[in-house]
Amino acid sequence: MNPQLTDVFCKLAYLLATALFIFSLHWMSEVKTSRRGVFAGSFAMLLAVAATWVSNGSPKFYLWLVIPIIPAIVIGVWLSMVPLTAVPQRTALSHAFGGLAAGLVGTAKFYYWYGHEQNQLTKFIVTAIILEVILGFLTFTGSLIAAGKLQEIKWIPQRPWIYKGQNLVNLGAIGLALLLGVMVIMNPTSAWAPWVFGLLIIPLALNFGWMLVLPIGGADMPTVISILNAYAGLSAVAMGFVLDNKLLITAGALDGSSGLILSIIMCKAMNRSFTNVLFGAFGQVQSAGGKAEQKSYKSATAEDAAQILESSSSVVIIPGYGMAVAQAQHKVRELHDLLTKRGIDVRFAIHPVAGRMPGHMNVLLAEADIPYDKLIEMDDINGDMPQTDVALVIGANDVTNPVARHDKSSPIYGMPIIDADKAKNVMVIKRSMNPGFAGIDNELYYLDKTLMLFGDAKAFVADVVKELSGGGGMGH
Amino acid sequence: MDSKIEMSLYVFMLASFIGMGVIRRVSRLLHTPLMSITNAISAIAVVGAIIVAGGEHYPTHIRIMGSVALFASMTNIVSGFLITDRMLKMFRTKPGGKA
Repeated sequence: MNPQLTDVFCKLAYLLATALFIFSLHWMSEVKTSRRGVFAGSFAMLLAVAATWVSNGSPKFYLWLVIPIIPAIVIGVWLSMVPLTAVPQRTALSHAFGGLAAGLVGTAKFYYWYGHEQNQLTKFIVTAIILEVILGFLTFTGSLIAAGKLQEIKWIPQRPWIYKGQNLVNLGAIGLALLLGVMVIMNPTSAWAPWVFGLLIIPLALNFGWMLVLPIGGADMPTVISILNAYAGLSAVAMGFVLDNKLLITAGALDGSSGLILSIIMCKAMNRSFTNVLFGAFGQVQSAGGKAEQKSYKSATAEDAAQILESSSSVVIIPGYGMAVAQAQHKVRELHDLLTKRGIDVRFAIHPVAGRMPGHMNVLLAEADIPYDKLIEMDDINGDMPQTDVALVIGANDVTNPVARHDKSSPIYGMPIIDADKAKNVMVIKRSMNPGFAGIDNELYYLDKTLMLFGDAKAFVADVVKELSGGGGMGH
Repeated sequence: MDSKIEMSLYVFMLASFIGMGVIRRVSRLLHTPLMSITNAISAIAVVGAIIVAGGEHYPTHIRIMGSVALFASMTNIVSGFLITDRMLKMFRTKPGGKA
């Protein structure tokens, strides 16, 4: 085909791909159409890859394309089969890959143009390259650390890692990178530009990434992942400016706005601000929580719990990540099935930060075959809590703590919570009274209507299920 | 201002508005699959990687950077779309029923 015609086809393919990407996200709005969204998105991607390959790839260098693609497919398929509890770290890892790709393409373009077509290095293009490279490389190392924290790799500390003057060092590093970036933008063809670019700007961005994420505690990872998602998108936008490619700009902007919206939702769900998450080091306040005061609480057995559940007419289950850690989802589904069969209304109250990334809890429960119309958002279910007979908390803690409503001195004050304490009866499955990771004592446990059910979530729910399915035969 | 640059900035602005509008309507139920699919979509960086790795006149060290970028973005494309679909298949209203 003649090159002009190829170019026309390539541009039209990009246009179509752009439209399909928008439709793809539009179809993600509800479950019914969502799989169509995946189809549209992957078709658009195939189109974009094929069009780029045909119009830009030179047959002499096809091997350079085939060799990286084959292992990418193998590893991609493998990464898509991780257990759903590991989806957050897979997502963080893919942000890292996205950042790396953007950083490398920006670097490659800069050095190529510097060496061969210096007239391409306009102020605008160099600005875009600098932004692409800084965003790309900081996303790369930042996301690797986030993935490591989520995977609970031993040598990456789970707790916030803090030292004096940390914020100053971090801001200094990124500030210096930006300053050097401006110098390169002003003099892109000078003899020192490639050295400053490769030996200072890139290492500073790489270092800023991990230094930014390492101090942030595990509890804030949902927000961090969302912010890194936005950065990965913006680095793709910058690449679009560098290559003058509207498809890249559009797709990157879609990803960037998604990351931004999810970050805002996560921040609101924890009553934090962006700057507070990134520079606030949540861990510091917590040590103050060690009150020696002994309060009394009531505990109960699986048999008691089964009886109360059986005699209720509406139950709201409040799951937290602890439920997934104990692998209790499938037992919880059996409980849901048994109670539903008896005509009891069972629903799940999902706090936005119930899992380790936005929406994570929904996926974990859907995997256990719990119908998704039973998964209710916090804001929609809180109004029903006073009419609910039993609130059953499994592996959740801070998101049910009434302290967030009234105790201004608490680190979680102002955080929206699920109103478990407003239900007629409350039951909490928990290993012990130990306040746990965040170290904040939960008032809910000491209420008069609260029964503490001590034990491993999976084993305890299994016992309750056994009591219920045993019918009147056992226990009574 | 160069009209090419101006146009790119307009595209960026409009695409961001479309993104905000579309994403805002996505049910919270699906936020994890949403993040997985936008991840795969932002691997559109693959376009830049193909240009640099397989283009006509790049020297070898530049091409190596392109190939690594191609590997990284292709991994994201494959794993991103596959895992999104895998998760979406799990959302059912009736146990054992269709999505």
